[in-house]
Amino acid sequence: MKHTLSVLVENKPGVLARVAGLFSRRGFNIDSLAVGVTERPEISRITVVVDVEEHSLEQVYKQLNKLINVIKVVDLPDDNSVQRELVLVKVKADPRSRAEIIEIADIFRGKIIDVGRGTITIEVTGTGSKLRAFEDLLKPYGIPEVVRTGVVALQRG
Amino acid sequence: MRISGAQALIKSLENEGVEVMFGYPGGQIMPTYDVLFDSKMRHILTRHEQGAAHAADGYARATGKVGVCISTSGPGATNLVTGLATAGMDSSALVAITGQVATHVIGTDAFQEADTTGITLPVVKHNYLIKHPSEIAGVVQEAFLIASTGRRGAVLIDLPSDVQRAEFDYKKPERITKLPGYKPTTAGHSRQIKEAARRIIASKRPVIYAGGGVIAAEASRELRALARLLDIPVTTTLMAKGAFPETHRLSLGMLGMHGTSYANYVMMESDLIVAVGARFDDRITGRLDTFATHARKIHIDIDPAEIGKNVPVDVPIVGDAKKVLKDLIEVIKPLTGDSRKKDLAPWHRQISKWKKEYPLLVPGGDSLKPQYVVDQIYRVTKGDAVVVTDVGQHQMWAAQFYKTTRPRHFISSGGLGTMGFGLPASIGVKVGVPDARVVNIAGDGSVQMNSQELATAVLNEIPVVIAVINNGYLGMVRQWQELFFDKRYSHTHLRRGESPDFVKLAEAYGAIGDRVTDRSEVAPALERALAADRTALIDFIVEPEENVFPMVAPGASLDDMIGG
Repeated sequence: MKHTLSVLVENKPGVLARVAGLFSRRGFNIDSLAVGVTERPEISRITVVVDVEEHSLEQVYKQLNKLINVIKVVDLPDDNSVQRELVLVKVKADPRSRAEIIEIADIFRGKIIDVGRGTITIEVTGTGSKLRAFEDLLKPYGIPEVVRTGVVALQRG
Repeated sequence: MRISGAQALIKSLENEGVEVMFGYPGGQIMPTYDVLFDSKMRHILTRHEQGAAHAADGYARATGKVGVCISTSGPGATNLVTGLATAGMDSSALVAITGQVATHVIGTDAFQEADTTGITLPVVKHNYLIKHPSEIAGVVQEAFLIASTGRRGAVLIDLPSDVQRAEFDYKKPERITKLPGYKPTTAGHSRQIKEAARRIIASKRPVIYAGGGVIAAEASRELRALARLLDIPVTTTLMAKGAFPETHRLSLGMLGMHGTSYANYVMMESDLIVAVGARFDDRITGRLDTFATHARKIHIDIDPAEIGKNVPVDVPIVGDAKKVLKDLIEVIKPLTGDSRKKDLAPWHRQISKWKKEYPLLVPGGDSLKPQYVVDQIYRVTKGDAVVVTDVGQHQMWAAQFYKTTRPRHFISSGGLGTMGFGLPASIGVKVGVPDARVVNIAGDGSVQMNSQELATAVLNEIPVVIAVINNGYLGMVRQWQELFFDKRYSHTHLRRGESPDFVKLAEAYGAIGDRVTDRSEVAPALERALAADRTALIDFIVEPEENVFPMVAPGASLDDMIGG
């Protein structure tokens, strides 16, 4: 099962390696990982999505807490958090398909951020399922490149 | 006051009360060694950085203080890795200091450069790469705090040579007592302690399963008090030998793969296991799904991540073993009377039966048996020595036949199982506890992994006795080959008698060398070596294909013992 963990860490060199290393060392799979500073510059937040069973989740949580630079670990359940991910999709577009693609982007509240001779690059934010649906719709046109930021999340309220 | 980074480091170590460190100099740590030359701290030059790490570890385990080792960058640092991992797996408090190439060449594959913090990351409790001399005093304090509190472990400080040389304005830092992300829980949860007390009192077949955490927390007295209070039998892990006197009527000795049959039967038939400072390691539980299925489990440990990791637990208590046991005894005392002892009578009758039926015996016969040698070491030293082992068959025989009665008197690489640990660790032990008689029970395979440390022992006049249980094999691997690989002794034969000649090896280093081939010579040789007050090695030529029994085969249930 997928779990989103919000890990507050000291903003020091090497901390990301400590957190990422722990996951590989203990055999936990990371689905995505996003990191950035918080409202306090000395603290960073790492948002990790892991695919583990309940028993392993407890181990992930406890082992993360053992890292000296980890200040706090919070499990963010879907129903009590807001979660977003940003994706950039470069899609093949010729003059005939361009209008259709822009229409799809509009439906997903996407933004056209670059137009090339044969491609359009679209930015969309949302939850994982929305982004998957968006990508699926564009697949028939041909997607040479996609990049995703990984999920970021905050507790509600 | 303007001082150099190296001066700040030495000053900081002195401030932590460091009396001795074990190390080996080299290019990138030279500024520190230059300052060390004038320091009051004792430095013991080993012959290999791995020896320095194990010696510091042995010192830490024998004294309860933090062990310190120091080396140069690159190969010096990588040679420490086995020692750091050994200390980490056995929760031993170690601080390692490594030189590093100058900050402006880090990352350029400079001469003797290695990514030391990266390489050691998975095996240390924490590590630091210092970029400015002003960080040194604070980092050293943090390192000692982290290494010696909570679940103990190894902390490494990587110090580039330009940072050691740089002068800066030194200010003595405030005492650091806590860190933002580091707050070990020491007091147990009172409701859980009450629940544990209730279950212990209600139990008809309880057992205490004690691990190395009892020794780390200095909780042996409390453990004895709890066991005596309710007449609960106690079994210990390899790491906890001596946490409870093995000569006590309530002692079951060691449990697990090569534990006593009765300890394993008690675990399997128990209705309540009280685990203290132990981690339900695979060498203890055997096959997990058949392990102690009748027993409820109370698990007391300083490390929350150990609780529920391998075995589901009914009453988890995170805390310091000494504090929790004290609290537990306080709660139990007013609730029990003499009637309680009667309740356990059938359980003790059963245990006595097992002890009679499956005793641990020194085998007889005319040949020189390894168990007999260990038993003689026990008798000659009157059970009073600090025994340091290497890893393999001799280690298990030492655990089975040297009855340990006091904490910090049996020192062994348990978790990582590091061959070559024994000799350097015994040097560290003797340095830490100079009045103790230190015997390194070694294997002929293990001792060759760090035999260069004979020079360290001899030159520093460290009188340890090295008892080599020489069977001419990598004995434990040979035993497994005999039992599980059709006696195909693939590359385990060490060709005893051809090379080395251990007596000459010892003598070449200036130690006493002796060889024993006959039962009658064992005790006199030991007495001579112990009386000599010099580094001495005795080469015991024992029965080559003796096996360690009882044995729980890997993957077998704990009560399914070969030779049990």
